[in-house]
Amino acid sequence: MAASTGKSFASRFGVHIAVLVFVVIWTIPTLGILVSSLRDKDQIIASGWWNSFASSSQTEAGRLPAASAQTQKDGKYVIEGNVFGDGAKRDISAFGVKAAAPTQYKAGSAADLGDGVSLQVNADGSFVLSSPKAFEGDRGQRVYYASSAPPKFTTENYQNVLLSQGIGRSFMNSLTVTIPATVIPILIAAFAAYALAWMRFPGRALLIAVIIGLLVVPLQMSLIPLLKLYNGVGTFFGVPSKTYLGIWLAHTGFGLPFAIYLLRSYIAGLPREIMESARIDGASDFEIFVKIVLPLSFPVLASFAIFQFLWVWNDLLVAMVFLGTAPDQIVLTAQLNALLGSRGGNWEILTTSAFITIIVPLTVFFSLQRYFVRGLLAGSVKGG
Amino acid sequence: MAAQIFSAIFVIIIGVGGCVAYFWGANKLLDLIFPSRGVSGSAAVDNLRRQGLVRPWLFVGPAMIILTIYLIYPVIETLRLSFLDRGGEHFVGFANYQWALGDHDFRNSIFNNILWLAVVPAACTFLGLIIAVLTDKIWWGTIAKSLVFLPLAISFVGASVIWKFIYEYRGEGQVQIGLLNAIIQYFGGQPQVWISLPFWNNFFLMIILIWIQTGFAMVILSSALRGIPEETLEAAVIDGANPFQIFWKIMVPQIWGTIAVVWTTITILVLKVFDIVLTMTNGQWSSQVLANLMFDWMFRGGGDFGRGATIAIIIMIAVIPIMVWNIRQANKETGGH
Repeated sequence: MAASTGKSFASRFGVHIAVLVFVVIWTIPTLGILVSSLRDKDQIIASGWWNSFASSSQTEAGRLPAASAQTQKDGKYVIEGNVFGDGAKRDISAFGVKAAAPTQYKAGSAADLGDGVSLQVNADGSFVLSSPKAFEGDRGQRVYYASSAPPKFTTENYQNVLLSQGIGRSFMNSLTVTIPATVIPILIAAFAAYALAWMRFPGRALLIAVIIGLLVVPLQMSLIPLLKLYNGVGTFFGVPSKTYLGIWLAHTGFGLPFAIYLLRSYIAGLPREIMESARIDGASDFEIFVKIVLPLSFPVLASFAIFQFLWVWNDLLVAMVFLGTAPDQIVLTAQLNALLGSRGGNWEILTTSAFITIIVPLTVFFSLQRYFVRGLLAGSVKGG
Repeated sequence: MAAQIFSAIFVIIIGVGGCVAYFWGANKLLDLIFPSRGVSGSAAVDNLRRQGLVRPWLFVGPAMIILTIYLIYPVIETLRLSFLDRGGEHFVGFANYQWALGDHDFRNSIFNNILWLAVVPAACTFLGLIIAVLTDKIWWGTIAKSLVFLPLAISFVGASVIWKFIYEYRGEGQVQIGLLNAIIQYFGGQPQVWISLPFWNNFFLMIILIWIQTGFAMVILSSALRGIPEETLEAAVIDGANPFQIFWKIMVPQIWGTIAVVWTTITILVLKVFDIVLTMTNGQWSSQVLANLMFDWMFRGGGDFGRGATIAIIIMIAVIPIMVWNIRQANKETGGH
C-alpha cells in the first residue's frame, strides 16, 4: 500500500512538472518580446532579455581627446573629461589601454603608462590623463573599459513605434477593417442560417451542401479572380481598386461559409415548440427571427464574432492583396511585415510593434475565452 | 487621424445600417405586396403562402450573392485562368502545369509542403492530446490550458516576429540575444543562423505553427476526453491497466473521430500556410511553400495569373479529399433533421 501511494505521489509530481515544462515553453516566446519591448534599446542588443533584471555589462573602447584639449596644471599637462561623452549613466568597473588587456586597472586607480604619464578613470566615467611633457599629435589615447549599466525599463519604444513608425496609424486602419468585417457577416449569416434551419424551400439541402463544401475552399482560389474583378471595377467606374469597402466585402465572403455553418447548427438546435407557439400567435418569420431567434442565439453570435474578429485582425494575405500599402490603408500585420524588412535588426522596434499587434487579440481572447472555446467546439466537433 | 476615425465610424454605420435596412425593408415590402392582415380570410391564406415562397430567398439572398461572387465564381475562374497565359488572354492548354512540374521552386514547394503535412498536424495533435490528458489531472489545469491556448490568438506575423527573435543570430564572440543560440552557446555549441539552413529551416518554421495550433488541438481533444464515460476508465483501473495502457487502449480509440477532425482541420491550415514563410524567409534558402509561391507569382513582374492560378488549383486538389469527407460527415449528421 505504501509503495502504491509513493508511486502515485511520484507520478502526480511528474504530471505537475511535465505540465509546467509545457507551459513554460509555450509562454516564454511571448514573454520574451514583452520584456524586450520595455527595455532600453541599447540594452536589448547588449544582453539577452532573460538577463534584463541583472546589470548588463559590456566592454567598450573609446578614444580620449587629442592633444589640443590639454591644459597646464601644477606644472603638468592634463587632459580631463568623461569617457561617456553623452553623460550616459553607467558604472565602470575596470579599464585598460591595450586591446589585449582591456580590464587591466581597477576603476579609480591610476594607471602608469610609462614616461611619467598616468591615467585615472573613475567609476562614473571621468578621467584624468596627466603627463610631465606636453601631449602631441591629433589622435588621443586609446582606452578600453568594462562598464555595467543598471537595468533600465522604458516606455520610450512604445512612443517611438506608435508615433514615428506608423504603428499608431496602422492600428486605426486595422480597426477600420476589422469592425465592419466582423459585423456585416454576422447579420447576413444569421438571416441565412435561420432560413436554412427553419424555413422550407426548394434547394435547401443543396445549399447546405455547397456551404459545407465552401468551408474548406482555400482562400488562394479566390485571390486572382477577385483581384482582376476589383481592378476591372476600379477602371470601369474610375474609382480606386483598393478600398476599405472592397476588403470588408472580401472578408465577409470568406467568413460567410463558417458563419452560416456555425449559426445554422446552433439555430437548428433551438426548441421547435418556441417557434411553433410564436407562429400560432401570428408572428411572421421575420418577427420570430428578430424577437426570438436572435436573442436566444447570443452565445453563438458572440463565438463567431470573436472568431471573425481574430481572423480579420490577424490576417495578412487578404490585406496585402486588397488593400494598398500607403499609410492611410496599411494594416498592422502588413506594417509589421514591412518593418521586418526595413528594420530587421532593430529589435526594440520589432518587439514593441509585435506586442502592439497582439495586445488586442489577447485582450479579446482572455476576456471572452468562454465564447471562443464554445465556438471552436461547435465548429469542429460537429463534423466528427 | 481624427478624420479617419470619423469616416470609419461613418462607414460602419452606413454598412451595418444598410444591412439592417435591407432585411427590414425587404420584409416590409413583402408584407405590403402580399398583405396577410386586414384582408379577407382566403386572400390572407393565399398571401401568406406567397410570402412563404418568397421570404426564404430574401433571407438567404444576400449570403448567396456574396458567396457566389467571392467563392463560387472565383473557383471556376481560377480553373479557367490556369489554362491561360500570364495576362489571362490566350489559351495555353496544360503549359502552366507542365511548367510547374519542371520548375525548381515548385518542386521544392511541393516537397516542403509534404514535409509540413507530415509533421505539423501530427505534432499538434500529439502534443495537444498529451497536454489535454495531463492538465485534466491537476488543479491548475485550467490556467495551464489558457496559457498553452494563448498563441492561437496571435497573428502568424506576430508569431513570426516572436520566433525570429528566438532564432536571432549574432556573430561569433558577440552576446547572443536569441534564446536558442544563447542556450546552444551556454552548452558549448556553435551558434547558427537557423532560418537559413536549407532543409532544416523548414522545421524551425514549422515550430511556429505547432506553437500556435497545439492549443487548438488541446481544447478540442480535452473536451472529447471529458466525454469518455467515467465507468470505462474505472473498469480499466480495476483491471490493473497502467496509465499508458489506459491512454493508448481506452482513451485514444474512444476519441478517434475527434482526433481525425483535429488532424484534418490542421491539415487544411497547413496547405494554406503563407504568412509564416513570407515573413520569416520569403521562400529563400529552400523553404518555399505553395501558398507563398502562388502569392509570389501573383505579383512577380506585374503578375503571372496563369501560373498563380495553376498553383492555387494544385492547393485546391490537395484539399478536395478533405472537402468530400467533410460533406459526407455533415450529411450523416443532418440526415435526421
